[in-house]
Amino acid sequence: MYTPHTERDIAEMLEAVGATSLDELLSVPEAVALRGKIEMVPALPQYLIDRRFDELARKNGGVAYRSFLGAGAYRHYAPAAIAALAMRGEFLTAYTPYQAEVSQGYLQAIYEWQTYICLLTGMDIADASVYDGATALAEAAIMALGATGRKRILVSRAVHPNYRAVLKTYCDGLDVAVDEIGFTPDGTTGLEQLAEAVAGKDYAAVALQSPNFFGNVDTLAPRALDAIRASETIPIAVVAEALSLAALAPPAAWGAQIVAGEAQSFGVAAAYGGPYVGFIAAAQEHMRRIPGRLVGKTTDAAGRTAYVLTLQAREQHIRRERATSNICTNQAHCALIATIYLALMGASGLRNAAALNLARSRELASAVANVPGVRLKHNAPFFNELAVDVGRPAGEVLRELQTRGILGGVEVGRFYPELATCILMTATEMTTSGDIAALAAALQEVLRATAAV
Amino acid sequence: MQPPPSNSANGIPLIFELGQAGRATDYLEHAKPLESYLPAAALRSGLPLPDNSELDVVRHYTQLSHRTFGIDLGFYPLGSCTMKYNPRINDAIVARPEFADLHPYTPDELAQGALEAMYELERSLSSLFGMAAFSLNPSAGAHAELGALLIAKKHFKECGEAQRDTVIVPDTAHGTNPASATMCGFKVLTLRSDARGRVSPAELRRVLGPGTAVCMMTNPNTLGLFEDDIAEIASAVHDAGGLMYYDGANANAIMGYARPGDMGFDLMHLNTHKTFTIPHGGGGAGHGPLGVAPHLVEYLPVPVVTRDAHGRYALDFDRPKSIGPMRSFWSNFAHAVRALAYLYANGSDGLKRVSQLAVLNANYLRVKIAEFLATPYPERCRHEFVASAQRLKREHGVRALDLAKALLDHGFMAPTMYFPLLVPECLMIEPTETESKETLDAFIEALRAIVATAKENPDALLQAPVSTPVGRVDETTAARRPDLRWRPPP
Repeated sequence: MYTPHTERDIAEMLEAVGATSLDELLSVPEAVALRGKIEMVPALPQYLIDRRFDELARKNGGVAYRSFLGAGAYRHYAPAAIAALAMRGEFLTAYTPYQAEVSQGYLQAIYEWQTYICLLTGMDIADASVYDGATALAEAAIMALGATGRKRILVSRAVHPNYRAVLKTYCDGLDVAVDEIGFTPDGTTGLEQLAEAVAGKDYAAVALQSPNFFGNVDTLAPRALDAIRASETIPIAVVAEALSLAALAPPAAWGAQIVAGEAQSFGVAAAYGGPYVGFIAAAQEHMRRIPGRLVGKTTDAAGRTAYVLTLQAREQHIRRERATSNICTNQAHCALIATIYLALMGASGLRNAAALNLARSRELASAVANVPGVRLKHNAPFFNELAVDVGRPAGEVLRELQTRGILGGVEVGRFYPELATCILMTATEMTTSGDIAALAAALQEVLRATAAV
Repeated sequence: MQPPPSNSANGIPLIFELGQAGRATDYLEHAKPLESYLPAAALRSGLPLPDNSELDVVRHYTQLSHRTFGIDLGFYPLGSCTMKYNPRINDAIVARPEFADLHPYTPDELAQGALEAMYELERSLSSLFGMAAFSLNPSAGAHAELGALLIAKKHFKECGEAQRDTVIVPDTAHGTNPASATMCGFKVLTLRSDARGRVSPAELRRVLGPGTAVCMMTNPNTLGLFEDDIAEIASAVHDAGGLMYYDGANANAIMGYARPGDMGFDLMHLNTHKTFTIPHGGGGAGHGPLGVAPHLVEYLPVPVVTRDAHGRYALDFDRPKSIGPMRSFWSNFAHAVRALAYLYANGSDGLKRVSQLAVLNANYLRVKIAEFLATPYPERCRHEFVASAQRLKREHGVRALDLAKALLDHGFMAPTMYFPLLVPECLMIEPTETESKETLDAFIEALRAIVATAKENPDALLQAPVSTPVGRVDETTAARRPDLRWRPPP
């Protein structure tokens, strides 16, 4: 209970408002008044609340395993200073900064976030955040539908399956068709097919993810980009692993006009799926179609530098049914965490972290490739994850690894039935050589055992 | 000694204007250069970000926090936003590694605690609000509205009633309601409130018809008034074949007294970052559980948490009629845990007490403020109410905006302004139950003094605020010549 009222306060206040009791003050028409009993968790004193969550925490045994899970949620090192700063009450308990005069600090932090995203993606502008990577893709598609007036979206099948599913959920609401384009045996988008598909000028946008779901660098080659431009289709780049932006050629460099991304990698906890932080970055011409909040720099009446929420005429609280999006509450606090992460790591720290991800994932690749019966599914350049073909139903192999204290990765067949023997394995800077050796040894043991059967 | 940088005309320098290449703190061991691992064509040539020491970064963001106002600093009477105290135990719980480090693809059997927490929250909310089930998938209130309207759309399509293309929204509705309707391809019909500030069943019946899909209502509405004809309204909408949607932004007013399910709502959302004490974080992350009546359960977004006869929990993705997933992963899980911790702190009796005291605080403010400022709907309110500065504007040239900005000089956050749109020069005030009588009295006296100043010396208010890091901001230039990012010097 977090209410400060004494019985005396309540009596005085009831008198002031002219009510005889709280029940009288809150009464509702008989027809809709609550009858019966609410069945919910019981009230507990605070030490027992702690104990209840101790109990629940113990049932999340997965956190103690050696983990090679990734696929859109990554375990990266987050310096302790992030939490110390972001959890300050001024930031944590603020509302959306409508009152600029008393929100300059948060507004400046969002302006810094927008700048960081622009510098990382190479784009002109970025918004104050959207819910996550999947909804960023859906919102980017809506931007493209508005910009082109077309009613179809083309998406690579190598884009994260969850992102594609969310795109479809959103597009169903708008009666917009989503078509998919396959990937090559190398695990990258089939660009020839893509060039052919856009030629009919039916598509508002084509979305590619790099690194894609399989971890492979997957960008537009100049010929494909020419075809896309000729058809006036908007290229959307999806980024699920934001740390890759520190190393790889930025989406702007390979032709993206809109970037839809997830920045969980920048210091945001895995937290069983959320909250994370999506972003949308775009070329200048899309400024008025971008969804959500934007912070701009201006001055106050005395000429002092000031930051403020701007271009609000795009937004739901002004434009209502004509808004570019319905988004209101976004992911400001996660964006703040990401901003502080980027500030702490700096360019040199980020590039080094990215290089460590490249190093550890290559160490992982060669360790598992040496296990008899295992081969790497693709041969394309990759960032920190890769599809590994274990030659047997991957789900079974993963369950065997689990009994040995290892979460070996994500079962690819869950999303791609034709890849039922593949595991998506991820190694980050937090993956040690010991983890990799343990996985390789366990994998060898499991495969030998099943081979014997 | 130099004055602190925050007093200078340029404010606090941007993080990009600080630091030197090579100054960043090393947190990790050194890897070989990127070129050792990938072909040059795949790599970027440089990364134009600043390198700062940890101390400089800590100072920078601490300084920014000093220029930010949160509930922890003072009263935050923002109408429809329910800015109540955010209990620290909730944050301590979600910081535990068993929650914070749990990967979303952890096999169900190794994430039973997380699933159990989600299940407990879902069951508790369903009973508390009288719904058959909730989905914890949507990321915020507006996101849940979208989910609900997608459910309605799919439902009507499957019933062969795809012609139902209109969503009815009262003029007191939050802006997200019509915006969400548009994102589902619905037409929006705005319904005018009657003289009592409520939806009139007679007026509603005039617009109901074979095209009616959903009627979106907030109850109590954004004037803080309970829609006392809600049962009749719901029957009328149902008789016309439509669905009723409850916008739960104002759920803080009804717990223990009324349930949307009993009022006849088929769909609803909650903002756990309002009613259930999740910190708003300067604009999210939020969390928007989406509730449905029995006939719509199968349409809920995937995944849904299930519990089998042996007490084992699982994520269920195999729901053929689902509208699909609405986000990358299952839920804003850390927020679900915070909300559950808050439920444990209160129980059902405690939540009833929450609503009682939220409504008491609002009415106390309302009667006191009515002594010096017009309250256009002079009757008992629920958790919030509206006041109007229309007369002050007419007689003294002082607008709601000026009163709001003057409150900032008194150390209070401004109320919501100019919303709902039907009240001219509107101030919408919601105190919440966590504020003491002394805080409310201090706020009343500050506003009383400001209104007195407005009458005696209106010019003094037009400059407010004067004690804040910056004064009134030039929003026009910000919008006409948008500067949305820093650029490296040429």
